[in-house]
Amino acid sequence: MEGQLRRTLNLAKPDDIYNALVDAHKGLSDEECRAFDARLMLLLVNHIGDEAVILEALREAAL
Amino acid sequence: MSSYEYRHYPYVRPAELDGPGPRRPVVIVGAGIAGPTLALLLSTRGVPALVLDDDDTVSLGSRSICQAKHSLETWDRFGIAARMVEKGITWEQGEVYLRDSAIYRFNLQAEPGHKFPAFVNLQQYYVEEYLYERCRAEPLIEMRHRNKVVGLAPHDDGVTLTVETPDGAYTLETEWLVACDGVRSPVRHMLDLPFPGEIFHDQFLIADIRLAGDMPKERRFWFYPPFHPTNSVLLHRQADDILRVDFQLGRDADPEEEKKPENIDRRLRLMFGPEARWEHEWSSVYTFTCRMMERFVHGRTIFAGDAAHVVSPFGARGGNAAVADADNLAWKLARVVKGESPPGLLDSYCEERQAASRENIRQSTRSTDFITPKFEASRVFRDATLSLARDFPFARALINSGRLSVPTTQAGSPLDTPDADSDWTGGPAPGRAMIDAPLGNNGWLVERIGPDFTLLSFGDVGEGSAGVAVLKVDCSGLPAARYDARPGTTYLIRPDRYVAARWRRYDLDAAQAALARATGR
Repeated sequence: MEGQLRRTLNLAKPDDIYNALVDAHKGLSDEECRAFDARLMLLLVNHIGDEAVILEALREAAL
Repeated sequence: MSSYEYRHYPYVRPAELDGPGPRRPVVIVGAGIAGPTLALLLSTRGVPALVLDDDDTVSLGSRSICQAKHSLETWDRFGIAARMVEKGITWEQGEVYLRDSAIYRFNLQAEPGHKFPAFVNLQQYYVEEYLYERCRAEPLIEMRHRNKVVGLAPHDDGVTLTVETPDGAYTLETEWLVACDGVRSPVRHMLDLPFPGEIFHDQFLIADIRLAGDMPKERRFWFYPPFHPTNSVLLHRQADDILRVDFQLGRDADPEEEKKPENIDRRLRLMFGPEARWEHEWSSVYTFTCRMMERFVHGRTIFAGDAAHVVSPFGARGGNAAVADADNLAWKLARVVKGESPPGLLDSYCEERQAASRENIRQSTRSTDFITPKFEASRVFRDATLSLARDFPFARALINSGRLSVPTTQAGSPLDTPDADSDWTGGPAPGRAMIDAPLGNNGWLVERIGPDFTLLSFGDVGEGSAGVAVLKVDCSGLPAARYDARPGTTYLIRPDRYVAARWRRYDLDAAQAALARATGR
């Protein structure tokens, strides 16, 4: 079900942000990657704040 | 080992050993926290209660130590709460540490203007001692120690009990049986009723010690402290200069090894340093479960406290829920015994207290999952939260080392009348606990709620009472603010200090209707 989660591009420089995201993990062990990702997710989730958007993203991200 | 002197309450040979006695309106099994509290609450409504207990003394060990505001307000009706506050340790501050530094401080009751603090730490044996004393002074209550229920036969209109004493067994008839006989409830076993729930495998060590020197008053919780680097530790102060230290041991610890005094001392030495001196009071290695009975009322047998539901200790939701059970049940059972309400009213006890129990289990399971993550990703998010907490205030709010017991909301109870006026911007809605407030020279709001329903009205609202107690309060200051009150605003408060209904004007017809609904008539 589509809701409030943005599905179109919302980044002015998408390649820059994508590469920054990947580069931030460079040289990290698997365990460090997981710790880093968890910190990042918590920071972003709190910034977004909108529970409906967060819950929708959790559903859409499911493997 | 213990500094507490256990009194032994006398066994008296029951008259029923020599011939049948009178049929009882209410028999309560178990003299822990729930049983005597229920007996006292029934006595204030004129209903006699017989309390049967299989031993002759109070709780062995400190066990439930955090007595919450709402419980103190209940016990205040019997004049024993002031004693508990005086004897216990009042605390409102908590500190959370990660490794060797404090990352978060909280204050449980930032606002003044309440008669009782958020929590008083007092060992369960003191709570029971004060309850027993008060029960023994009450003519409507009979306490029988060393009276063990060994058999029961339920009937349509009562229960027949077989009770064992040092002088032999006797038979007792009662209209209502309330099982307050703890987590292993013999009554529940005798009726072969299931107790479904979840088992947690992490082990914890409680060491209650008397430490020489200065002691912190606030609650302290450590994740990965230098003195116990693999797990968490909780520190809490109790009366008589006793500290509770609770070490998380993990799943693989050997409980027999951990219980050995030299091993406990080794842990404490690491925590308090080479100079510290202490004496042991009580220690215990425990795991825990979260369970709830499918129904709390089975014919004429009713379950309350740990017999009906258990949670993990994080959040002080065991003993305080037992008091709330007693509070919820007492006025309903009294009405049913006296013929003022139909027995169906007791279904609402089950419904309301199961909702509370689910909430307590949900809260305590979340705390447990944060403190003892059950899978790797859960641990990763927990540690990420802790690592962000020092620099990012939002992450501190996510740290869950126990969400401490507050009165649960009974939203949607069939006893409550939903708001008809749409202009409420605050105040406790129906299904919520009332809020205390100072009444100037007239004491406190919570003191003024009697054993029956109360109409709490703000300003000069006119005459008439709808047959219940009316408490008129000036429409000003903290009381008006906490109840979002304007002149005429009226709340119907239940005997257990929950809001049943509220209106913007003093309407006796509406009050009558809400009262009928709240009493199952």
